[in-house]
Amino acid sequence: MLLHPDLRSAPDEPEPTEPMQPIDPTIALEGLHLVPEAPVRPVIRRNTADRAFRSLATAAGALTLVLMALIGLFLLIRSWDALRVAGLSFFTTAQWEPDGGVFGIAAVLLGTFLIAFVALGVAVPVAIIGSIFITDYAPARMRTPLIWLVDLLAAVPSLIYGLWGRSFLQPKIIPISDWISTHLGFIPIFESDRAVGFAASTFIAGIVVALMVLPICTAVMREVFSQAPAGEKEGALALGGTRWGVIRTVVLPFGRGGMVGASMLGLGRALGETIAITLIISPTFEISRLTQILQTGGNSIASLIALRFSESSSFGISALMAAGLALFVLTLLVNAVASVVVARSRSGASTEI
Amino acid sequence: MGAPFVDMEAQILGEHEHLGHAPVRFRTVERSDALALAGAAVASFALAWLVFTRLTAAGWNIGMFVAWYATFLLMVWLIGKEQYDAVRARDLVARAVFWTVGLMLIVPMAAITVYTISKGVAALTPNFFLEDQSRVGPLSPPSVGGASQAIVGTLEQVGLATLISVPLGVAVAVFLNEVGGRLARPVRMIVDAMSAIPSIVAGLFIFAAFILALGGQLSGFAAALALAVLMLPTVTRTTEVVLRLVPGGLREAGLALGATEWRTTRHVVLPTARSGIVTAVILGVARVIGETAPLLLTTLGATAMNVNPFEGKQSALPLYVYRLFQLPQEVAIQRAWTGALVLLMLVLVLFVTARLIGGRGPGHIGRLRRARLAREGLA
Repeated sequence: MLLHPDLRSAPDEPEPTEPMQPIDPTIALEGLHLVPEAPVRPVIRRNTADRAFRSLATAAGALTLVLMALIGLFLLIRSWDALRVAGLSFFTTAQWEPDGGVFGIAAVLLGTFLIAFVALGVAVPVAIIGSIFITDYAPARMRTPLIWLVDLLAAVPSLIYGLWGRSFLQPKIIPISDWISTHLGFIPIFESDRAVGFAASTFIAGIVVALMVLPICTAVMREVFSQAPAGEKEGALALGGTRWGVIRTVVLPFGRGGMVGASMLGLGRALGETIAITLIISPTFEISRLTQILQTGGNSIASLIALRFSESSSFGISALMAAGLALFVLTLLVNAVASVVVARSRSGASTEI
Repeated sequence: MGAPFVDMEAQILGEHEHLGHAPVRFRTVERSDALALAGAAVASFALAWLVFTRLTAAGWNIGMFVAWYATFLLMVWLIGKEQYDAVRARDLVARAVFWTVGLMLIVPMAAITVYTISKGVAALTPNFFLEDQSRVGPLSPPSVGGASQAIVGTLEQVGLATLISVPLGVAVAVFLNEVGGRLARPVRMIVDAMSAIPSIVAGLFIFAAFILALGGQLSGFAAALALAVLMLPTVTRTTEVVLRLVPGGLREAGLALGATEWRTTRHVVLPTARSGIVTAVILGVARVIGETAPLLLTTLGATAMNVNPFEGKQSALPLYVYRLFQLPQEVAIQRAWTGALVLLMLVLVLFVTARLIGGRGPGHIGRLRRARLAREGLA
C-alpha cells in the first residue's frame, strides 16, 4: 500500500489477532462505521520545520489571548488608585471631580446607555425593514449597490460622522425634536424645557450613532433573513399567501434570534462610540438633564475620557482608566452575549467547501 | 470608531455566492399596483399640503410630513381593499413601507459624501498636501499652509500599524484554520471580542502599557501600537474567512505529494488566498485610518512636520481635523473640512478596492499575473 512515510497507523490500534485480518486500507475504512469510538487516526510525524511552524502559529494565537488579558490587567492596575479611593460610590456618584475626591460613572454610564438606546431605537427598525427589503423585495439589479451603500457607512470614520452630524444633521433634527416635545411631551423622557434648547442633545447623538451601527445590524440580519428556509417560503406562497404573509409567518419568526443578536452587536458598538459623540453633545453630569433626551446636554464614558484626558492630573488619569475599564467590561459582556445569540440563530450554516 | 466589518463572508463573497438555494423570485410588480402607489403618494401629499398650508396656518413642518405618510399608507390600504381584499391590502401597505425604508437606505451615505465634498473642496489646493501648519496663524487664508505634517504622520502611523498587525493577524488566521487544536476556540472567541473593543480603550491601554509602564514617549509609534490593536481583529477575521474558502482538495494534494504542512501552507494555501489577504490588509487599513480617539491619548498632534515616528509628538490627519474643527475661526473649520474630505476619499477608495479584489474569490489570477505566468511559460 502506498502511504506517505509520515502517515502510519496509530500505535494504540489493537494488533490483529488473526493472521488473515485484512490490512487493505479500503476494507479498513469500510469497516469504520462499525467501531465509531475508535476511528483509524494516522499518526503524523512532523519534521523540525513543521514543528516550528506549528508552534509559531500557536504562539501567535496565544498572543491574542495574552494581549486581551494585558488590556484588562493594565487598565485594572492603572485604575486601582482611583477605585480604592472611590470604592462602591464609583458606581453611584454622578459628578466627575477626581481631584476633589468626588467622582463616579453614574451619570456617564446613564448617558452612554441613553445614546445607545436612542441609536438602537432608530437603527433596529430601519435595519429589519431594510434587510428584508434587500433580501426579499429589491430587484436583483438594485441589491448589490444597496448593500455597498449600507456597508460603506461602516467605513466612514467616526470623526466625519461627528463633523457631519454637528453641521448638517443637527439643524435638521432640531425642528423634529421641537415637534416631538410639543406633541409627545407628556411622555417623561420627551419632556423638555424650551429655554434650554434642543441642540447638542442625546437624541441627536443617538441618531448619528444609529447611522454608525446600521451597517453591522443590517449585515447580520441580512445574512439571517437570507437563510430563511426557501421550502417554507414557497409552501406559504403555494397556499396562496401574499409576500407580506410569507415575511410575517416565515422570515420574521425564523430570523428572531438573528434580530436580537444583531441588535446586541449594535449595542456593543454604540456603547463604545467616542469621537462622533464627543463632537456633538455638550457634556452634562446632571441626571435630571440627561434623562430628558431631546434637550441640550448628554454624556458618555468614551467622550468623558476623550475630553478630560489631556487636562487630567495623574490621579485624574487613574479615574479615567477606571471609567475605561468599566466600558471595556461592559462592551465585552454585551458582545459575548450577542455572539452567542447570533451563533445559535445561524447554527448549521457553514462555508465549508 | 467606524464600526468594524462583521460580515466578512458577505464582504468577500458578495451577496449572491452564499445563497446555496436560488432564492424565491416573485413576478415583478404589476403595473396597476405601481400606479396605485404613485397615485396615492401624490394624492396624499396634495391633501397634506392643502390642510397644512392653505386650510390651517401650520406651514411646512414635521407634522405635515408625518400626516403625508400616514395618509399615503391609509390610501394604499383603501385602494387595495377596494380592488382586492383585506389580505392583499395589507400586502400593498407592507410593500409601500418596505420600499420607503429601502430607498431611504441610500440617503445617509449620499448625504455624507455630498455634504463633505461641498464643504471641503474649496480649500483642496496643492499647498494642502505640500505645506505644514507651522506658519499658519489663526486667520491665514486656506492658500497658506496645509496638512503635510498630518498626512506624513498618518502614513507612518498606519504603515507601522500594518507592519505589526498584518504578519500577526495572518499568523493567527493560519493558526485558526491550518493548525487548530484546543486553543483555536478560545482564540476565535477572543478575536471576535477584540473587534468590539472601543477605540478609546485601545488608546488607554497603550497609554498605560507603553507610556506609563515602559516609559515610552507620546509619539507616532505609540499611536501605531494602538492602531495595530484595532487592526488585528479585522485582518485576522477577514484572512480566516478567505483561508476557509481555499478548497481542502488543494491542501490534501500538497500533502499527498509529500510536502510538509509548512510548505503546503506557504506554497499552496497562502498563494491561493492571496487576493483575500490583500483585501484583509486593505480593510484593516480602512478600519484605522480615520481613528481619532486613540491618537488623542497617544500622540496628541503637532503643527510642525515631524518625520520621525519614534520621537516626539506627531500629527495625524484625523487629529488635524478634530483640532481645527473645534476652533472658532471660519478658516480653521474650512481646513478641517478639507482634511475630512481627503480622509473620506481615502477610506472610500480603500473600501471599493477591497471589494473589487475580494469579489474575485480565491485562486483568481489577475491580468498582470497571467501575463507574467505566460512569460515564464506556465500558462
